[in-house]
Amino acid sequence: MHPIDTLQAAWPALMDGLWITLQLTVFSSVLAAALAVPLALVRVHAPAAAQAPLRLYISFARGTPILAQLFLIFYGSGQFRPLLTEWGLWSFFRDPSNCALLAFVFNSTAYQTEILRGGIQGVPPGEIEAARAIGMSRVTALRRVVLPHAYRIAWPAIGNEIILLMKASALASIVTVFDLMGQTRRIFSRSFDFSIYLWAALLYLAITAVFVVLWRLVERRLSRHLAARQAPLPAANPRTT
Amino acid sequence: MTAPLILSARDIHKSFGSVEVLKGISLDARKHDVISILGASGSGKSTFLRCLNMLETPTSGSVTVHGEEIVLRNGRPQSMRQIERVRSHLGMVFQQFNLWTHRTVIENVMEGPVLVKRVPRREARERAEALLARVGLANRMDMYPSQLSGGQQQRVAIARALAMEPDAILFDEPTSALDPELVGEVLKVMRALAEEGTTMIVVTHEMAFARDVSSRVVFLHQGRVAEEGSPDEMFRAPRSAEFQRFIANFR
Amino acid sequence: MFEALSFGDAGWGDELLYGLAVTIRLALTALPVGLAIGFVVAGLSMARSPLLRMLGVGYTTLMRGLPEILTLFVVYNGVGLLLGRIALWYDPAAAPPAFSPFVAGVVALSLVFGAFAAEVLRGAFAALDRGQVEAGQSVGMTRGMIFRRIQVPQVWRFALPGLGNLWINLLKDTSLVSVIALDDLMRMTKVAVGVTKQPFTFYLAACLIYWALCVLSELVLARLEARANRGVRRV
Repeated sequence: MHPIDTLQAAWPALMDGLWITLQLTVFSSVLAAALAVPLALVRVHAPAAAQAPLRLYISFARGTPILAQLFLIFYGSGQFRPLLTEWGLWSFFRDPSNCALLAFVFNSTAYQTEILRGGIQGVPPGEIEAARAIGMSRVTALRRVVLPHAYRIAWPAIGNEIILLMKASALASIVTVFDLMGQTRRIFSRSFDFSIYLWAALLYLAITAVFVVLWRLVERRLSRHLAARQAPLPAANPRTT
Repeated sequence: MTAPLILSARDIHKSFGSVEVLKGISLDARKHDVISILGASGSGKSTFLRCLNMLETPTSGSVTVHGEEIVLRNGRPQSMRQIERVRSHLGMVFQQFNLWTHRTVIENVMEGPVLVKRVPRREARERAEALLARVGLANRMDMYPSQLSGGQQQRVAIARALAMEPDAILFDEPTSALDPELVGEVLKVMRALAEEGTTMIVVTHEMAFARDVSSRVVFLHQGRVAEEGSPDEMFRAPRSAEFQRFIANFR
Repeated sequence: MFEALSFGDAGWGDELLYGLAVTIRLALTALPVGLAIGFVVAGLSMARSPLLRMLGVGYTTLMRGLPEILTLFVVYNGVGLLLGRIALWYDPAAAPPAFSPFVAGVVALSLVFGAFAAEVLRGAFAALDRGQVEAGQSVGMTRGMIFRRIQVPQVWRFALPGLGNLWINLLKDTSLVSVIALDDLMRMTKVAVGVTKQPFTFYLAACLIYWALCVLSELVLARLEARANRGVRRV
């Protein structure tokens, strides 16, 4: 079959898959981002002993394959089926999409927490003092000064993390979620038409490309106050003496 | 009887983009010459020095070293082999020392002879030990450059250049990156080299060195030789207005 | 619950250990291949010719933008189909040759590793002080000598932290090959789960083993970094 015909035939299925991939990525990164804020604050402010469990979690989440985390949640929950049924949670764990979402949130929260911690620690202490000096409460200073600045610092790293998460979402196909990868594998297993993989690759690259452009646009907006400062940089001086 | 010609540069031009930094400079160095190149920053003196061993490729002009003229074609050296050969006959000491940070002091000195001249390691080591003793660093041989002071690092760099037994050594502002109290120890070594008859071309801001040690002074101004001659004449009775103004700043 | 994890006939400990050995062998094989790819691609993306540069940048962009699992399937199925077609072309009666999952895993993992490593190495070469190279030139070293004796040994210092992270990612990514039926730690765990019906216990065990590998790697890497920095910081 001609690759274009393959694409035409597979288009609806691929679009369904693409939609699932986007949903998985967006939901899991937003949930992880929400969880990362309090956790990052704990990492910055809490005493070392209180942080121990959090650090253990972060080390575990970053030191094990996402696939293993996904299997642990999806298949592992089966070992506690009676208990989960009793608590009314079994219907949640029975659905592979839920488990995939849970695994991705579990994983990405750890990464985003560390990224955001770096951002918070990168905020110049003077800015916080200035906010406190004009009478802002701790919470207000956090909300109006620290977090906006921290996010601006962490923005590129968070973008990278979301791209990684988008790529990792393809693993959901292994627990029978029909995301872009899942649809692709299904079509291939029926037709053995290799070009479907290439179309899927193009779609994944397209998602990444669009995302990178959008993310940069937002980044430029976030740091527009820096533009004026960067403009009159002196020209580099070649060694001529 | 004149001493044999070691290095000869003819009508060197160099442009960076649209900026012409060197506007036709010629220089002859004979055996045992100690030539100081002076000039304000931006006069092109470092660029000229770097053209002599082709760290910068001249836009036009010719350089002859060890009786061999470096052939340029389309603004590029025609043969890298030739450039490498020529460089092995010219030592260079840099402003920022540029010692290899991942090698010990003695390894820095041995590297060139062993790799480029294929001197047996044993022999290279013995020579390196002797050279390091000569620059007063016999007890620092197994340290890393970062463990040494700037003055010590620059003396190692001089030993590294000497180890190649070059026809001449180029010095690119060898004391400019040093704390004032460390300048003396480097100048002392350079002075000793000059007295032993080493051929040296030195870009420097050290007026005392230029006046007392060098056999000839070349003063560059805006990419041209504004004045040259023996240090005695030039410092006693400068002919050009530019050099008068230049040395007035140092008195 | 824990006797299922013991060694010997009753437990699955030795099977998991076998899988772990495959995992480690896979990662250790992909590492040098991936590094070699990384050096070549970094070289391409720093080349003078715009065409070569485009090739290098294109490769890294492509490989870094694709899900690793997709790359693995493309390699496994694509090369498998290709081999089959070549075999048919030579001898229509021949059975399609088998493409070993181990080789497919090594190829896919090192392709990915190479793309990321190229970026790390490019940054590391750029971070190297130009004077280090000029000092080599000034004693008449050839480009090759400078590359081998000055740039490569020093580039490690800048590249090691980045490459260390990539190694840890590589270790974790090996788990993907279980999907193409290679008997690595992940797949042996799956087999054990199929028999014992204790998925949580076994996947947790697998996680702990991967975790231990990563933590161990981090310790070794910290050592290596300290070694690579000798001669740089004052002792």
